[in-house]
Amino acid sequence: MSEAISTGGALERQARRPRAAEWNVLMALVGITAIFEVLGWILYGQSFVWNAQRLYIIILQVSIVGIIAVGVTQVILTGGIDLSSGSIVGATAMIAMSFAQAGMRNGQDFTQAVFWAEGWVDLPVIVPLVVALACGLLAGVVNGALIAYTKIPPFIATLGMMVSARGVANWWTKGQPVSNPTEAYTFFGNGLRGFMPVVTFLVLAALFQLALTYTKYGKHTYAIGSNAEAARISGINVERHLVLVYAIAGVLAAIAAVVVTSKNLTAQASMGVMYELDAIAMAVIGGISLSGGRGSIIGTVLGALIFGVIISGFTFLKIDAFYQQMIKGVIIVGAVILDQARQRKRGRG
Amino acid sequence: MTDIVLETRGLSKNYGGVHALIDANFALRQGEHVAIVGDNGAGKSTFVRQITAVEKHTAGEIHFGGRAVEFADPLEAREAGIETVFQNLALADDLDVPSNLYLGREIIRLNLGPFSILDRRAMRARTVEALRTTGVKIPDVTNAIRNMSGGQRQCVAIARAAAFASKLIIMDEPTAALGVQETAQVENIIRGLKERGVPLILISHNLRQVFDLVDRIVVFRRGRIAASLNRDETDGNDIVSYITGVKGQSDAFA
Repeated sequence: MSEAISTGGALERQARRPRAAEWNVLMALVGITAIFEVLGWILYGQSFVWNAQRLYIIILQVSIVGIIAVGVTQVILTGGIDLSSGSIVGATAMIAMSFAQAGMRNGQDFTQAVFWAEGWVDLPVIVPLVVALACGLLAGVVNGALIAYTKIPPFIATLGMMVSARGVANWWTKGQPVSNPTEAYTFFGNGLRGFMPVVTFLVLAALFQLALTYTKYGKHTYAIGSNAEAARISGINVERHLVLVYAIAGVLAAIAAVVVTSKNLTAQASMGVMYELDAIAMAVIGGISLSGGRGSIIGTVLGALIFGVIISGFTFLKIDAFYQQMIKGVIIVGAVILDQARQRKRGRG
Repeated sequence: MTDIVLETRGLSKNYGGVHALIDANFALRQGEHVAIVGDNGAGKSTFVRQITAVEKHTAGEIHFGGRAVEFADPLEAREAGIETVFQNLALADDLDVPSNLYLGREIIRLNLGPFSILDRRAMRARTVEALRTTGVKIPDVTNAIRNMSGGQRQCVAIARAAAFASKLIIMDEPTAALGVQETAQVENIIRGLKERGVPLILISHNLRQVFDLVDRIVVFRRGRIAASLNRDETDGNDIVSYITGVKGQSDAFA
């Protein structure tokens, strides 16, 4: 210790590094699972966890909204919010599916195809895929550009997109559902023995977790959410970065649309309603701070799993679906209250 | 004249009808530490904001490194070698020390545009090095700034400026919010900069600190430079009379 710099204990003392938020989320996940396990043995004499089929369903049922949550998490990390992802799913589902239709059904010409008269059926699977990604990209870029360059609050910009994109979904086929996709298109939702949605979710989550941790993109995302002014002064092009983040969120919503239409073999204009709120809830339960700058995709994945465990657990205990929804709301609010209490404690420490 | 780092000629700034800065002629020599003092609203921060291009000046010239400059924004000023420690710190609270030091100028291992992969190890190593050169003690640089004391945060901000400022550092009230020990540490860092010959403009309300640290004291009053005094040729009372307008009659003719 050179005495020129040492000015006493006060400076060397440093607040103890707080436990990572993800750790608490994991504990909550384990705790909730344990509660269902115990109740399962008491009430029905069977295990909740020791059931491969159930474990598969737990993650499968959250993987489509989970894909959206990966994008929403990044938006929230910048201090923003995205209310439009559910509607982007709806619009993208309708548009992409109309390019994914097969020309034949049960050996007969499929005359209900959207582009049947034009003969746009049985297109290579890359066409609906590219169309979907383009839809998501366009919606995301519009969101990001509105927020970055007109300076309107993200809540308002994405609320506008939420309403308009739902309008697009309804307008595309005047409310008619679009069905009968090509064999190749069904892979995205049913491939790999039905594991495709789960794999897509986990691969995308891992990809963006790495991007947030190890790339310039991630550093700047956290920096903007942490202190946008500091980021600007430090030479980060905040506007361009916001457009990029919202564009990524849009593309991820589009990927979710492909997976869900492929899995259900149909697209409806009402697809994705409430997805945006479920995705936000997963992020919040996963410890992402709504004021930006704090949290990770790992947290969101754990938050999604808590969602899945609760839904499966309630079904397992044969509790009515109405109660599921009520409890879900309580858990969302509870997670934020707990997180804030933790922040306050940390602030004092 | 070649050893003049920064010079302003007739620098003025109006906010609408308010003349916040009037005809400021100022020069800073290589290695010199100058304090800017004055009452609230005397034009100190306004003066600095013109130099760092946070605001656009109304009239006058700024010469930096021997040539006239017209920075478009703070980033250009920074790229030219002027680092500023802002009153509000300008740190990203949720990031750790290396991320803050290298914010906007990250070391890249593999260039993939916005998704360029960071060389985190190199940034950490150089951060530890920069902190040592500046004399800042942070036990764990990978901790988020949020978890640090006000003094440590200020030290990080100063270390960042010191690590990159090749030509000039400007500090706006660096110890205003700090305790006694933390202030002492910041002052030690400033002395270290003096030894390394890095020129400094220090805005401060603390006359004891000013007399301790700098070579020359420039007094602002009502938007004008009321006096420029060598530390050894003045004292606290003298400075106070310029700050309050007892001395420096040029003001009366304004």
